[in-house]
Amino acid sequence: MAAIAASAGAPTAVHDSPARRALRRLLARRTAVFGLVVVGVMVALALFAPWIAPFDPLATRFMAIRMSPDAAHWFGTDEVGRDLLSRVIWGGRASLAAGVISVSIAVGVGVPLGMLAGYVGGVIDAVVSRITDAMLAIPFLILAIALAAFLGPSLGNAMIAIGITATPIFVRLARGQVLAVRAEDYVEAARAVGNPPARILLRHILPNILPPVIVQATLAIAAAIIAEASLSFLGLGQQPPAPSWGSMLNTAQRFLTQAPWMAIFPGLAIFVSVLAFNLLGDGLRDALDPKS
Amino acid sequence: MLKFLPRRLLQLVPTLFLVSVLIFGLQQLLPGDPALVMAGEERDPAVIEQIRRQYRLDQPLPMQYLHWIGNVLSGDLGESMRIKQPVSELITAKLPVTVQLATMAMVFALLIGIPAGILSAVKRGSAWDVGANVFALWGLSTPNFWLGIMLIFLFSVKLGWLPASGFVSPFEDWRQSLATTVMPAFVLGNAIAAVLMRHMRSAMLQAMGSDYVRTARAKGLVEKTVVLKHALRNALTPVITLGALEFGTLLSGAVLTEQVFSIPGFGKLIVDAVFNRDYAVVQGVVLVTATVYILLNLLADVLYVLVNPRLRD
Amino acid sequence: MNFKYGRPSARLAALALALGLALAGGAQAQSTLRIGLAEDPDVLDPTLARTYVGRIVFASICDKLFDIDEKLNVVPQLALSQQVSPDGKAVTIKLRPGVKFHDGEPFDAEAAKFSLDRHLTMQGSFRRAEINQVDRVEVVDPLTIRLQLKSPFSPLIAQLTDRAGMMVSPKAAKAAGDKFGTAPVCAGPYKFVERVPQDRIVVERFKDYWDARRVTIERIVYRPIQDSTVRLANLKSGQLDLLERLLATDVDEVKKDSKLRLATGTELGYQGLTINVANGEKANNPLGKNAKVRQAFELALDRETINKVVFNGLQKVDNQWVPQASPFHMDKFPTPKRDLAKARTLIKESGVATPIAIDFMVPNNPESRAVAEVMQAMTAEAGFDLKIRVTEFATSLNEAEKGNFHLYFLAWSGRTDPDGNIFSFASCGGPLNYGKFCDKKVDELLTQARTATTFSVRKTLYEQAAAEILPRGGVIYLYHRTLLFAHSPKLAGFKVMPDGLIRVTDLKLQ
Repeated sequence: MAAIAASAGAPTAVHDSPARRALRRLLARRTAVFGLVVVGVMVALALFAPWIAPFDPLATRFMAIRMSPDAAHWFGTDEVGRDLLSRVIWGGRASLAAGVISVSIAVGVGVPLGMLAGYVGGVIDAVVSRITDAMLAIPFLILAIALAAFLGPSLGNAMIAIGITATPIFVRLARGQVLAVRAEDYVEAARAVGNPPARILLRHILPNILPPVIVQATLAIAAAIIAEASLSFLGLGQQPPAPSWGSMLNTAQRFLTQAPWMAIFPGLAIFVSVLAFNLLGDGLRDALDPKS
Repeated sequence: MLKFLPRRLLQLVPTLFLVSVLIFGLQQLLPGDPALVMAGEERDPAVIEQIRRQYRLDQPLPMQYLHWIGNVLSGDLGESMRIKQPVSELITAKLPVTVQLATMAMVFALLIGIPAGILSAVKRGSAWDVGANVFALWGLSTPNFWLGIMLIFLFSVKLGWLPASGFVSPFEDWRQSLATTVMPAFVLGNAIAAVLMRHMRSAMLQAMGSDYVRTARAKGLVEKTVVLKHALRNALTPVITLGALEFGTLLSGAVLTEQVFSIPGFGKLIVDAVFNRDYAVVQGVVLVTATVYILLNLLADVLYVLVNPRLRD
Repeated sequence: MNFKYGRPSARLAALALALGLALAGGAQAQSTLRIGLAEDPDVLDPTLARTYVGRIVFASICDKLFDIDEKLNVVPQLALSQQVSPDGKAVTIKLRPGVKFHDGEPFDAEAAKFSLDRHLTMQGSFRRAEINQVDRVEVVDPLTIRLQLKSPFSPLIAQLTDRAGMMVSPKAAKAAGDKFGTAPVCAGPYKFVERVPQDRIVVERFKDYWDARRVTIERIVYRPIQDSTVRLANLKSGQLDLLERLLATDVDEVKKDSKLRLATGTELGYQGLTINVANGEKANNPLGKNAKVRQAFELALDRETINKVVFNGLQKVDNQWVPQASPFHMDKFPTPKRDLAKARTLIKESGVATPIAIDFMVPNNPESRAVAEVMQAMTAEAGFDLKIRVTEFATSLNEAEKGNFHLYFLAWSGRTDPDGNIFSFASCGGPLNYGKFCDKKVDELLTQARTATTFSVRKTLYEQAAAEILPRGGVIYLYHRTLLFAHSPKLAGFKVMPDGLIRVTDLKLQ
């Protein structure tokens, strides 16, 4: 089965490729479908924000501060009179980008590093593992705060900070997976035939370790969105007046009694998106797990 | 049996060394001069100079690092620049607070995660599965500082059931102590509940499909007995060792939760120290927590092997 | 279930009552005042302390030579009177008899000299800069000291109404050295009991206080709670009796709540915009170099609207460094109103191309950010592009030193004497002069103002200085903040003082 997965790109006479089987399994689970749909909606909203948002998210109206939701402003207005619905939509862009980009950094750096460490072993493995252990031993948020403070408060830097902090997780994951499949027959076979290590890693090992990486990445996006909110709470993320759900929550907490909608909608947005990514990730894990 | 143990213990040394370099380096990377932060409103240049000299801030970085690590190895973690108290004193004062919070959080996590995981596995595919999933995951899907503020608002301000913030030691008044820690512990435990649920669920699924359980089912035992006695016992093993590993997550979550609830624990100590550039405090506390984390990981691995007969050799 | 705001239902009232009793710790006889602070104070040593919140705690444990009343007059505390010599270089201070320190040691001229010398000479002392005009302290008799000054210095007595005038027990200070801050021994109405960092500071009534009849509350517990929302939640749920720095946006809520009381006052300091006129490379900005652009910027601002939108109209808008209540306030310089048309004209006349990009450094707290956002919208209409850069505290100090900003949103907590609000900021090389504004004439005027001893002379000098500083100086003043306190109705006798520090005498807990 692993051999078939390794050549998943090639056309196969069998009707049900593992990928399609996985997709069916995924769609069979209600929670996973929910997750997929919501994520899809979020991504669409984020991509088409300029066309969907009814108002300019930065347009202040001092006469209309903290107005409760009505026909014109479905989500109400914030403390300087900006339309909350538009800010939530545009904020989704920032928060989703924060999630996706930071995890991309973590995967892009962590997986190759982990694969290298797991396959080559020796000194490289020792060094990479010790550094990974050291980074994982420091509380995640502390690392992220320190990095974000060092790089300077901005959404981009927050993404980098979260990405760097999440890298060790993928290093460890990739390394563990490589160690597990290194002794498999098809790898031995590939090596016996004389394939260079790079080729083995890319064509034979990577496709096999991809499933858990995808699962972990999806779950990591969920965590990264929360991390961005936490950094924004401390003032280290998205800078005003540009919106992000986290910084909107930060502002909203002073107005809990006077204008609760300022807190409810961004909070709900975070909750729904993060829940969706979590459910999707769990669904993927079930779907891609060959054992069940 | 525990062949890996000596090697792992040996690996502690370079790892901790790297942690120390990492945290020292990070502190130095932070923009901002601690002497200026400590300088007060009036900014007397003479005092700023004196602070720099007293805390060796004018010396080259490697010297500062060596001096610090030398002190650490002889038991001196330095002192807080801000309140002039030894870091070791701060740690011993705040450790019990965070430990109490962490323990209660784990209790919440177990109470939520384990039943949810069982339910989700046993009633797989049904509405119960969905419900259990969402119930366990919602804690992971809400920023903990946010959940904290909402809880304070509901339970302290509107209902008046619980104190809004602060901490009372259990030795002073165990009832008040419980009252001040139940909300932050719930907030912290929520996030971990999700992790526990996932592991419980997959472990249960695995156990339920195993030969052991199939045999019990074939023997004609009632489904419930099968599940509870056999599957559960096997599934709990990995879940319990997870507790140690989630210590890192707990501490990370504690950072903001303690801030919101004004709990004088480690998390708050570190965050304040980072923003005040109180280097010694951050370095000392992170070093201590990193050591504890690594040791707990080791303990978890040992426990895992010990408890699982099949892994013994 | 019908919840009236803040009132639990009957069944739960019992539970709340039980918790409340547990909270009181069963010590019904002892009254405890619980005060919520916005931060954790730093070291509790008057010589080494540097935070504003620290001064709040000192107000209960460390008495000073002099104090101020609500009208900013200097009143006696540990000292009874002061007399300045005709040449202004010697100040004779008569001390109060019969005063004891918390450890029983007597307060006399020797102790006063010790305390002042400690402020002047101890390593790391933050008080030195405040009273460095003092050359030496002489003991004239057991209840009289004389301060010999290097040159006349009229703000001296005002300095002695703050930490520089706090007296410490020589015996305790000598024994503790620089660890004095962990267990301070002074002569205030309360004595230090314990401190748990970031949790609480506990003080209890000093039986032998010289004015003991005005002190009725047994214990005070100061609790630092940084989050303003949580601080207020604590007050509402009964864990606190008094809190400082209530948010302007919470005032309406407190007013509507029958179980809370609001107390207000105006601060001694101000909130302003520091302009980089000569600090490093970034000084080459239109705001710092071009008088017309600067004027246009100020005219594009609508202080009243900022006040209304962000603070519900609570602050006192102004264009000077002393509050309106101060006798030194200069009415001949009224606060300009917004004039967008004139602003646009001035920019055109200046020849600078729009949009004019300005790097605006803003501290990391919600109210500052809100003000910055409002300013951004306002000035955009005149052709400015305000780029808001939210910077956390420690970093901003560095940035300010290096001049890495065009505009810096900075507040000053204020000092009793107007000199404390202007000299360090506007004199050449002043430690707080981040914009590096430097004008010889202004320096002359400010230096004269701090050596002159008559009020009218000083005021005239400040007016002359203002004529130069207001249009061209390093700071655009925006408003004076209203000090906002909220407390439970059980607390009686609480008065807000202009320095915002909580005075603990004449307070009663019912």
